Amino acid sequence: MIALAYWVQSLLRVLGGTVAVLLPAGTIVYLFLFKMMSFMQSRLGPMEAGPYGSLQLFAEVGKWLQKEDIAPERADKRIFRIAPLLVLVSTFLLVAVVPFGPDAYFTNFDAGVFYMLAVSSVSTLGILIAGWSSANKYSLLGGLRAAGQLIAYELPMVLSVLGVVIQAGTMNLQSIVMQQNAGSIFGWDGIGNPFILTQFVGFLIFMISVQAELTQTPFDMPIAESELVSGYMTEYSGFRFLIFFIAEFATAGVFALIASVLFLGGWGIPFSWFGWDSVGSIDNWMNVGGPLIMVTKMVVLSGIIMWVRFSYPRMREDQLQRFAWKVLVPLSLLNIMATAILKVVF
Amino acid sequence: MTDLADRQKLSYIAAQAADARLNVELETEGMTLNIGPQHPATHGTLRIIVRLDGEQVVWAEPSAGYMHRGYEKLTEVRTFPQVTALINRIDWLGSFANEVPFILAAEKLMEIEAPPRAQYIRTILFELSRIANVSLFLGDLGVQLGAVTPVFFAFRDREYVLNLIEAATGGRFHPNFDRIGGLKDDLPAGWLAETKQVMKRLRGFCDEIEDLLFGNEIFQSRLRGIGVIPADVAKQYGLSGANLRASGVDWDLRRDQNLPMAWDKADWKVITHPDGDSFARCWVRLQEVRESTKIVDQLCDSLPSGPIMAKVPRIIKVPEGEAWVSTENPLGEMGYYVVSKGDLGPFRVKIRSASFNNISIVPWVLRGVYVPDVISILASLYFILGDIDR
Repeated sequence: MIALAYWVQSLLRVLGGTVAVLLPAGTIVYLFLFKMMSFMQSRLGPMEAGPYGSLQLFAEVGKWLQKEDIAPERADKRIFRIAPLLVLVSTFLLVAVVPFGPDAYFTNFDAGVFYMLAVSSVSTLGILIAGWSSANKYSLLGGLRAAGQLIAYELPMVLSVLGVVIQAGTMNLQSIVMQQNAGSIFGWDGIGNPFILTQFVGFLIFMISVQAELTQTPFDMPIAESELVSGYMTEYSGFRFLIFFIAEFATAGVFALIASVLFLGGWGIPFSWFGWDSVGSIDNWMNVGGPLIMVTKMVVLSGIIMWVRFSYPRMREDQLQRFAWKVLVPLSLLNIMATAILKVVF
Repeated sequence: MTDLADRQKLSYIAAQAADARLNVELETEGMTLNIGPQHPATHGTLRIIVRLDGEQVVWAEPSAGYMHRGYEKLTEVRTFPQVTALINRIDWLGSFANEVPFILAAEKLMEIEAPPRAQYIRTILFELSRIANVSLFLGDLGVQLGAVTPVFFAFRDREYVLNLIEAATGGRFHPNFDRIGGLKDDLPAGWLAETKQVMKRLRGFCDEIEDLLFGNEIFQSRLRGIGVIPADVAKQYGLSGANLRASGVDWDLRRDQNLPMAWDKADWKVITHPDGDSFARCWVRLQEVRESTKIVDQLCDSLPSGPIMAKVPRIIKVPEGEAWVSTENPLGEMGYYVVSKGDLGPFRVKIRSASFNNISIVPWVLRGVYVPDVISILASLYFILGDIDR
C-alpha cells in the first residue's frame, strides 16, 4: 500500500464519497426513473438531451439550480433550510462504511453494521423537521407519517441484519464480505457462500424494509403525490428540493450497495477461483474490479426496488404499520432463532 | 326542502359539533384541511373542507362552484343548433354523450325522429365516448392510489378511441356532431372495420387493467369495505350511474327507457354489484367498458343503410312546450329540461348532470374515514369537474 499524507487521504476520501453518492443517484435516476419507467409505460422517456437523453439529468439539475430558493413566510426558516442537508448527510454517513475492495474503503471498523443501522435513522430526523418547519398541513401529515413509518421499519431491518451478523460472527462489513467469498457450501467453494442462500428470509425482509425506509411505493404514504401533494417536500423548491431528490435516490443506491455487501458477497468474487485465502493474498486489481462489481450488483438490486415502485399502488398508513409489526417483526425474530440454532448445531 | 341559508346553518352546526366531539375525549385540537381547490386528487377545482381528528375525518363538506361557467344561462342566448357546442364541455371526457339528451329533447318537442341509421350511429358514438371516458378513469384510479403505470396504458388505448371519434366527427374531444333530426355526416369508409379492431384492443386493455390493478392485493385492501354506500342511502342522495349500480340497484336508463336510440337492438347486460364499496364502484365501471365494446361491435354489424338526416326545416324553430329527456351517460344520469317558447333558441334549459348529484353524498360517506381513504373514495365516486360546476 502506498503511503499518503493525511490531507491527501482525506481529500481522496471526500472525492470518493461524493462520487459514491452521486454516481448511484445519477445511474438510478437515468436508468430506472427516466428509461425503465418510460418503457414500462409504453413511452420513450427523454430522447433529446444527448444520445438517448443521457444528458437529461444535467438539464434537470441546471433547471433546479436556477430556481428561486423559497421559504414559506410562516416557516421556521433556519430549520427549514437545514432539513434537506440533514437528509443528505445521512446518505454520506452511510456510504462511509461500505467496502468497495480489499483496500478501497473509506473506513473499516468492527462495529460497521451497528454504525450503518444507527446513521440510517438520521434521515428520519431531517424528514420530521422538514415536515414540521414547513408550516403546511400536508407537510405536517407527511412528516408524521414518515416518522411513524421509518421507525416501524427500522426494527425488521435491524432484526434481518442480525441473522447475517450471527452467521458471520462479526459486525465488520469487510469481514462479512471475506467470509462470503472464502466460504464454501458443504465443501464446494465454486461460488463461495453468499449469505442470500442461508439468509433468504432475512434478505427479503431487508429489501422490504429498505423499500419502506426509502418511502418508495408501495410504502410511499409520506410522499403520496395524489394525496398529500408531496408530503414533507411540498414547500421545497430549487436546490433544496434537488438535495431531497438526490438524497432519495442516492440512499436507494447506498442501501442496494449495503444489501449486496450483506447478502450477495459484496465486491468479491469467489476466492477459490484465484487461490486467494486471506486479505493479504488478494490481487491489487480487485481495488478496481471490486467497485465495478459493486456497481453491477447495485444496479440489479436498485432495479428491483424501482421495478416494485413503478408497478404497485400504495398501502394505507395503518396497513403498512400492521404489516411491519404483525408480519415482518415476528418473521425476522423466527429467522434469528433459526439462524442461532443452526449456528450452534453446525 | 331546506333553503340555502338553512343548509349553511346546519353545516355550521355540524362543524361545531365535530369540534366539540374532538374536545370531549382528549384535550386535542381538530385540524381543518382544505383538500382543494388546487389538489391533484380532485382533478379540477373541487374544494372539500374536512375537519380532522389526527388522520380521521370527523366532518366533510364539498364546496363546488370554482369553475362555474353558466351554461344554463348561456343556452338562452343561443339557437338550438348552437347549444351543442356549449354542452360538449360539461363532461369533457365523454362529450358526445352530452349532446344526445339535449338533441333528443329538442326532437321530442319538434315531434320528429332521427332515421334508424342515425340512431345507430348515435348509439355507437355514445358508447365510444363512454369507453373513452371510463377507460381514462380506470387508469387515473391507479394514480390516485399511487400506481403510476396504469394511467399511461389508459392514455395509450384511449387514443385509439379518440382517433375513431375524430375520424367520424372531425373533433377529438368536442365533436359537436349531433344535429336535430340526425347527424352532420355519415361515417367515413373503412370506419366500421377499424372500430371492431379497436374494440378488441379495448377488451385487451380491460384484461390488462384487471390483472395489473384489480387483482393486486394492495389495491383490493385499499378499496374493499371502504366507503360503503347502502342501496337506500344511495337512492336518497340521488346517486346514478355506476355509483348506484355498485350499491346493488339494478337501474340503467339505457335499458329502462324507450328512447329513439339503438340500445335495445344489441344484446348486453346491466352490471350490478351487491357490496356498495369503492371496489364495487370501480369494478362495475370496468365491466361496463367491456359491455360497451360489445354493444359497439353488435351495432357495427347490424348497422342499417338509409339517410342520416330526417326532414327538418332549414331554420329550426322549436314549437312551444317543455320536454325532459335524460340518458345514462358515462358518469350517470344526465338530463335536460328544455322550455321553448317557439323561438330560435330555448327559453330556459335546466341541466341535470350526474357528478353534481354524485358528490352530494361526500359529507355522508367521508365521515369517520382516514385521509388516504378520502382520496380513494373520491376517486371511486368518479366525478368530472365540468360536470359538477357546469
